[in-house]
Amino acid sequence: MSTYGNLLAILWPESILEIASLAILVVDLGFMRRASSAARMSVASALGSLGALTALLWLLMHTGNIAVMGGALVTNSSVVAAQVGIMILTALVLLLGVSTRFTRNPGEYVALVLLATTGMLLVAASRDLLIIFVALELLSLSLYVLSAFSKHSAASSEAALKYYLFGGMSAAFMLFGFSYLYGITGTTSLQAIAASLTSASLAPITLVALVLVAAGLGFKVAAAPFHIWAPDTYLGAPTPVAALIASGSKVASFAVLIAVTAALAPAWGWTETLLWMAGASIVLGNLAALVQSSVRRILAYSAIAHAGYMLLGIAAHTFASDQAVLLYALTYALTTVGAFGVVAIVERDAGSDRLDAFAGLSARSPLLAATLLVFLLSLAGIPPLVGFWVKFQMFASVLRSPLAASWGIGMVTLAIAGSAVSLYYYLQVLKCAWVTPGSSRLAVRLAIQPRELLLLVLIAIAVILLGIFPGWLLQWIPVVG
Amino acid sequence: MLAWTIYLSFGGALLIAFFAQGRPQLARWLALLTAVGGLALAGFAFFTQTGVTPVADATWIPAMGIRYTLSADGISRVLVLLTGFASVAGVLFSWNIDRRVNEFFGFYLALIGGVYGVFLSADLFLFFVFYEIAIVPKYFLIAIWGSTRREYGAMKLALYSFIGSAMVLVGLLAAYAVSGGHTLNLATLQQYPFPISFQMWAFPLVFLGFAILAGMWPLHTWAPTGHVAAPTAASMLLAGVVMKLGAYGCLRVAMTLFPHGLDPWGWSVLGIGSWRTLFALLAVIGIVYGAAVALIQNDFKFVIGYSSVSHMGLVLLGLMTLSQIGLDGAVLQMFSHGILAGLLFATVGRIVYERTHTRDLTALSHLHLSRTLPFAAWLFVLAGMASMGLPGFSGFIAELQVLIGAWTAFPIFTIVAGVGIVVGVAYTWRAMQKAFFSEAPASEPAAAASIPAEHAYEPITWAEKTGVVLLLAASLAVGLAPRLLLDQITPAVLALPHTLLTGGRP
Repeated sequence: MSTYGNLLAILWPESILEIASLAILVVDLGFMRRASSAARMSVASALGSLGALTALLWLLMHTGNIAVMGGALVTNSSVVAAQVGIMILTALVLLLGVSTRFTRNPGEYVALVLLATTGMLLVAASRDLLIIFVALELLSLSLYVLSAFSKHSAASSEAALKYYLFGGMSAAFMLFGFSYLYGITGTTSLQAIAASLTSASLAPITLVALVLVAAGLGFKVAAAPFHIWAPDTYLGAPTPVAALIASGSKVASFAVLIAVTAALAPAWGWTETLLWMAGASIVLGNLAALVQSSVRRILAYSAIAHAGYMLLGIAAHTFASDQAVLLYALTYALTTVGAFGVVAIVERDAGSDRLDAFAGLSARSPLLAATLLVFLLSLAGIPPLVGFWVKFQMFASVLRSPLAASWGIGMVTLAIAGSAVSLYYYLQVLKCAWVTPGSSRLAVRLAIQPRELLLLVLIAIAVILLGIFPGWLLQWIPVVG
Repeated sequence: MLAWTIYLSFGGALLIAFFAQGRPQLARWLALLTAVGGLALAGFAFFTQTGVTPVADATWIPAMGIRYTLSADGISRVLVLLTGFASVAGVLFSWNIDRRVNEFFGFYLALIGGVYGVFLSADLFLFFVFYEIAIVPKYFLIAIWGSTRREYGAMKLALYSFIGSAMVLVGLLAAYAVSGGHTLNLATLQQYPFPISFQMWAFPLVFLGFAILAGMWPLHTWAPTGHVAAPTAASMLLAGVVMKLGAYGCLRVAMTLFPHGLDPWGWSVLGIGSWRTLFALLAVIGIVYGAAVALIQNDFKFVIGYSSVSHMGLVLLGLMTLSQIGLDGAVLQMFSHGILAGLLFATVGRIVYERTHTRDLTALSHLHLSRTLPFAAWLFVLAGMASMGLPGFSGFIAELQVLIGAWTAFPIFTIVAGVGIVVGVAYTWRAMQKAFFSEAPASEPAAAASIPAEHAYEPITWAEKTGVVLLLAASLAVGLAPRLLLDQITPAVLALPHTLLTGGRP
């Protein structure tokens, strides 16, 4: 097959998503213009999830290791795992967002979500600085626009502006860092960079390049000190968009961070930079979350803390720890999508995501409160939920890494201490949902559509079952090479 | 077969949580049925099995070398039996819960299932999973159905437990990594020669992590507030079995896995030359401190709460004796305290408080409960005598064994602990006197009201009577025939690593 044939073969899922997003625009703007906005949203979301699931099916039927353009784009089991996860997450986000009413342009919203997803798929598969950058920008630009999609909400505009300003700056840093790396090594291929960094004498300029790259990628994964956008964006963006930023975008960013680490780990300074970011994220994320009264902001700060844990796995850089990080990112994203789904329903009903809006949830909708219990306890790392299992597995792989001999036990202790602290703020939310009696202002039963509840219950069951039978995950993403 | 104690409890919890909504009577009977089923299984295994019996074994996560392994030895069987008794009694004493009944018993049985799981696990990962499963239901049981400062007490307890389990988790992960990451099976890891320098820090980390839950001074402060805040059944479980989880973890994981952590450091500060001496000292301080503080409490439940700290100090002291008789005594004391603390909390929290609506000893002293509520008064006399260690009840033989074991190892500590036991007599006596047998005149404003109120105390229900008989019978049986338990405990203790029975390495 020719190069272009190969390129098409590797890019089929992305192409399917693009076609789907165009088709949605045509359907929405062409045939559905007279329909109610609820109907337009349902059709667009259904088509969007259909597109994501078609791409997913294609991906599942075509496995194998391919590399095109000198290894600039690759597909192997880890990439496929990340991409499959991203597409499941996108479909879930779209399906959970069907009844949200933040926009009068559902077609454009879904089309942009699919564009962002295309960006994520590319990010996960790219192994070349240029493609990484372009794919990340495709992802980021879609997300900036999506954050601002709730046009009548000032918070949404603020969220988008903050996200955009910090994002633009960090993209500039990253590009600057990439250009230094190219200058030092004379190549943009990660594989070649790894080889030449091993042999090159380490100049101070390498360190500058590494720090700049770390800043750019640290922004994407919301690691301290590049996390400042996260709380406001999580708070202000429309709920499905916040869920997408917190889930699929995280998975893609961690996937590329793993690939970049494979190239840069030989250089002195990369591991150290990652460790500093990890430590700062764990401490700052967990402490700041303690004093929040908005559930979205709690999820944002907890996302920072989780990014810190995952950075430890990335810094350890063994096959097992890389796979463990991928598993962690995927299951974390799934759980977070579920948590945002609950937040969206409560918010629609009470008009706020503050803790007191959750009061009495267990009486108003026991099943919804039970799913929230499962999601938050999984995030806190309580067995037998999947959040515990992936933490255990990742920390075990960090401790066994030869690179981590000097810092492993200290950083893992910090991370476990951090997750002990995290139980406090997760329990604060659960306390509101389960212990505090509901206010009389709200209806006795929560208005909730069976479809939403079914979806959330399915996610919760997945979180429980994957925790009890982690072997299923390990067959999918083997941790022993 | 014992594995069914776990499945039965979790199954019962799910069944009640989902299918008994709005049907409190069904929830109660289902819970009782489940608990009795667990007790029956535990009892059957206790009387028919000896030695180490495998319970279940299946591959779970082959990539990590983690298996689903359950097994039972004498110590496990004794503690599983205790859990059976405590769970049945707990259901009986919460028969009057009438708010969110199905959720209450759902959380309650989930907690019980976790506890059974811990006592039966033979794989450390599994052990830890069950150990943490037991934390979350406790929080909700206290925060939703509790009394005095329930949300504070519940959160404090949950955080202390979780910090303790975080320490344990660090130790486990380190042990897993050091031993090569092949297995987390307890028996296999026990054979692995961990470097002594590693054991020296891993042992105290894991031991302290568990000891937090066992109420070791000065990390005990969750216990009194948690006990006081908790609804009766949760206090009974907390003192009765959850604190035993901690002590069991100390023995089964920390001491068995890292026996050389008990070795002398080679230097000493103020006469303390090893973790063993330090922990024994903390245990003794806990015995005396808990008893002394119980002596001046005015809230009846705080008296019992601090007495638990004191009694658990004896368990920890027994563990640190590193002798067969001391360890025997420690396990026996776990059983005995589990039963007696349950009985005391039931008397105070259910039988007295639910009727008088006060736990203040001064207020109670005006109510002349010995005349108006004689059942409670005589019950507390019996339970109090058992708790202060009178011969004939289970506490006596347990305390005796611990003290004999401690005498050879730590003579001075033993004398101090003996003083603590005497103070134990004093606080029990004081509480009994003030609450039930006081001759204080009925206070003026209350006098007029209290006369009709005395007649208004609702009669003792069948559920309460059954629970009382069950617990008293268990304590008496063990007190009169300690061999019943010791025949199970002693062989299991003798199978522990040799250094744990011979006073450690000099």
